[in-house]
Amino acid sequence: MNAKKIDKFATGILYTIAGIVVLILIMLLGFIILRGVPQLSWSFLTSPSNAFSAGGGIGIQLFNSLYLLILTMLISLPIALGASIYLNEYAKPGMITNTVRTMIEILSSLPSVVVGLFGFLLFVVQFKLSFSIVSGALALTVFNLPLLTRSIEEALKAISNDQRNGGLALGISKWETVTKIILPAAVPSIVSGLILSAGRVFGEAAALIYTAGQSAPALNFGNWNPFDIDSPLNPMRPAETLAVHIWKINSEGIMPDAAAVSAGSAAVLIIVVLLFNLSARWLGRTLYRHLTAS
Amino acid sequence: MDKIRASILTPSRSSKLERRGKWLSLLCLGSICIVVIAIFGFITYRGLATFTTDHVSLSKFLTGTDWNPSVSKSGAPLVGALPMIAGSFLITILATALAIPFAIGTALMMTDVTPKTGTRILQPVLELLVGIPSVVYGFVGLTVVVPAMRNIFGGSGFGILSGTFVLFVMVLPTITSMTVDALTSVPKSFRYASLALGATRWQTIYKVVLRSATPGILTAIVFGMARAFGEALAVQMVVGNATLMPYSLVAPASTLTSVLTTGIGNTVMGTAQNDALWSLALILLIMSLTFNLAIHLIANRGSLKR
Amino acid sequence: MTTGNCYILKFDSKQEIALETKQLKIFYDEYEAISAADLQIPRFKITALIGASGSGKSTFLRSLNRMNDGIASVQGQIWYRDLDLNSREIDVYAMRRQIGMVFQRPNPFPKSIYENITFALERHGITDKKELDERVETALRQAALWDEVKDKLNKSALALSGGQAQRLCIARAIALKPDILLLDEPASALDPISTAQLEETLINLKQQYTIVIVTHNLPQAARISDYTAHFSQGVVVEFNGTTETFTQPKIALTNEYVSGDFG
Repeated sequence: MNAKKIDKFATGILYTIAGIVVLILIMLLGFIILRGVPQLSWSFLTSPSNAFSAGGGIGIQLFNSLYLLILTMLISLPIALGASIYLNEYAKPGMITNTVRTMIEILSSLPSVVVGLFGFLLFVVQFKLSFSIVSGALALTVFNLPLLTRSIEEALKAISNDQRNGGLALGISKWETVTKIILPAAVPSIVSGLILSAGRVFGEAAALIYTAGQSAPALNFGNWNPFDIDSPLNPMRPAETLAVHIWKINSEGIMPDAAAVSAGSAAVLIIVVLLFNLSARWLGRTLYRHLTAS
Repeated sequence: MDKIRASILTPSRSSKLERRGKWLSLLCLGSICIVVIAIFGFITYRGLATFTTDHVSLSKFLTGTDWNPSVSKSGAPLVGALPMIAGSFLITILATALAIPFAIGTALMMTDVTPKTGTRILQPVLELLVGIPSVVYGFVGLTVVVPAMRNIFGGSGFGILSGTFVLFVMVLPTITSMTVDALTSVPKSFRYASLALGATRWQTIYKVVLRSATPGILTAIVFGMARAFGEALAVQMVVGNATLMPYSLVAPASTLTSVLTTGIGNTVMGTAQNDALWSLALILLIMSLTFNLAIHLIANRGSLKR
Repeated sequence: MTTGNCYILKFDSKQEIALETKQLKIFYDEYEAISAADLQIPRFKITALIGASGSGKSTFLRSLNRMNDGIASVQGQIWYRDLDLNSREIDVYAMRRQIGMVFQRPNPFPKSIYENITFALERHGITDKKELDERVETALRQAALWDEVKDKLNKSALALSGGQAQRLCIARAIALKPDILLLDEPASALDPISTAQLEETLINLKQQYTIVIVTHNLPQAARISDYTAHFSQGVVVEFNGTTETFTQPKIALTNEYVSGDFG
């Protein structure tokens, strides 16, 4: 009797707790969408920002975020692929492998601000790359590598050893067996992992404020020569991203419509991350079906 | 027939590819390791300058409560980091403590109470919460939590308490999803055995499930603390950034990360002010290592028991 | 019948030997999986390796083309064309092209049927489209799969049935025109009809290939093999013509095993 009452009471509490968690998410999303979506317009998304007056947009920041994301992925994907192939296919269990795994784990748990500070020391100061897209992309690569490596390794691990044996028994090298048979078979889950990490990279700011910088010089979107100073593709220019923009205008408090611009930017960030999440699932499933279908 | 014999004795295209591929992939892995070593090397080197070049004593740095690096007193800059250290620990412990009951409760909904509906609703909720960038949390904290604190407690609204609420939401999904993993790794047979003995669901959860999942839940909590301790921008936006001892939860304070994000850009490399900041970064790095170590220790003890 | 330890048939010079192991020992860490096996594998014959689970027959088979590299440590010699395969100067990839292997579970690559066969050929330097087409057709015919798949060569191999997939794996191995084909319980995952088809295929293949097959299925060994080696606890206790092994075994252990008295 008593135990039953306690059971009911506890169940009630658990339901309440779960309800509160759901409510928190709904309020968060609701707040951002309700505040942010009315700000969104074509001109907001495409025009440059104003530092001291109202009515600025986020065009350059949005472009910077996307450009940095692409560069980061271009650098980190091959490295993560190589590293995960070595870890899953070649590394023999033992002290050294364990140490390496622990190092990757430590890297993945480092605060992103520490990664940013390291990027500042090494890329900005030591390599004299100054506050630039390159510095930012390299810092984001450091931030992205451990998680991407782990997710690709998981994807490789999920492919049956029968496939590896099949390749080896035909006199094919392990390297080609892995790169030509195992990797393609793992593509669906690799793509899912890649897109999820893209969401993380897109929203990251702490690793960028001292690497890619906090300013967004005007760009000439008619000039695509990466060596020109006002070209959007120039990798040596400083580039404030959308996430950094939100942080900057809120901590400086000079922009008169900072709250509105932040809300709009936050909505864009969330929508992009949501799209990444959804497409990761959808693409993973579609690719998987494509791969296994007759 | 001799041709076959010869082919087996000469290195084939495959064996060359194999060697090249193995080296290439080892190079990739090695570069990650070099990065990790470089991070530790660079930040330790910079972080020690306060003690070697600027002659600040370690005990004064860790226990001093005055943070004013541009002012020198008796030959060493005034860099007492205790306000930030205390702020970081306080905010981490409060946020994690607040998150634990919510995390465990939510996780139990997904594993024991209503596994099907619970997971279907709560899994995406957790994934979305994880996916929201930290500056967005900071922004919402700034526009919702801080004014609310101001209305309730007066003052500016900035402070440890605002930071706690923001971090609570940020660490909640981390702790919850790892707790779910810990709970699902408890064998179903444990639950059936307990229920078959006449225990209620709550008794089963409390006496059997939670108990056998304790090491996993502890790991989840430490992970959450690590995330809270290292979070920079969201906290920096709501904590007030006053380098004062946090005697009140609703007065402006600061954390290691918040001082770092605001300070590095405003100091010149090589000066005492700048060195002091790198020492804070070093503390952050050491704490991150400590959390990692704790996780390993818990995991080892958990596996020994089994 | 004797109660002696072992009976190992030695061939005279009339029978060509494809492969011969001398004092082959295989260890997993400390555990000795195979102790000092001396076995001659006759050319263009089917040799069956039988024995209870854990007797070491699969381990033995996998060592013949060095598939145990990095898994087990192999001592002793494996002679093939006057070369000791178990030595450092052997290029294992070129060697495996001559000594192919098919496994217990069918493992077609997640590629088209055509690519499953051409994949290894291209890796071994055969890129001429006409030759590839020819080899694909020949291999599929030899594996008795051509008629079933000739209209869907570009379809995914994953859509094939278990028996078809296994025959594709055989086709993929023989497309390389190897000397020796090692088969590790190739029919154990197949239904009786597919098994019968597979056995017929193997019997046809032995005119061109030396075949070594590990099987749990004694009637199968009796039906298709010319010679049978019986493994027990890491030792080859009897190696003789299949008829002799099954009807008048020389060793008591073998008698027990083939008559079903064993475990």
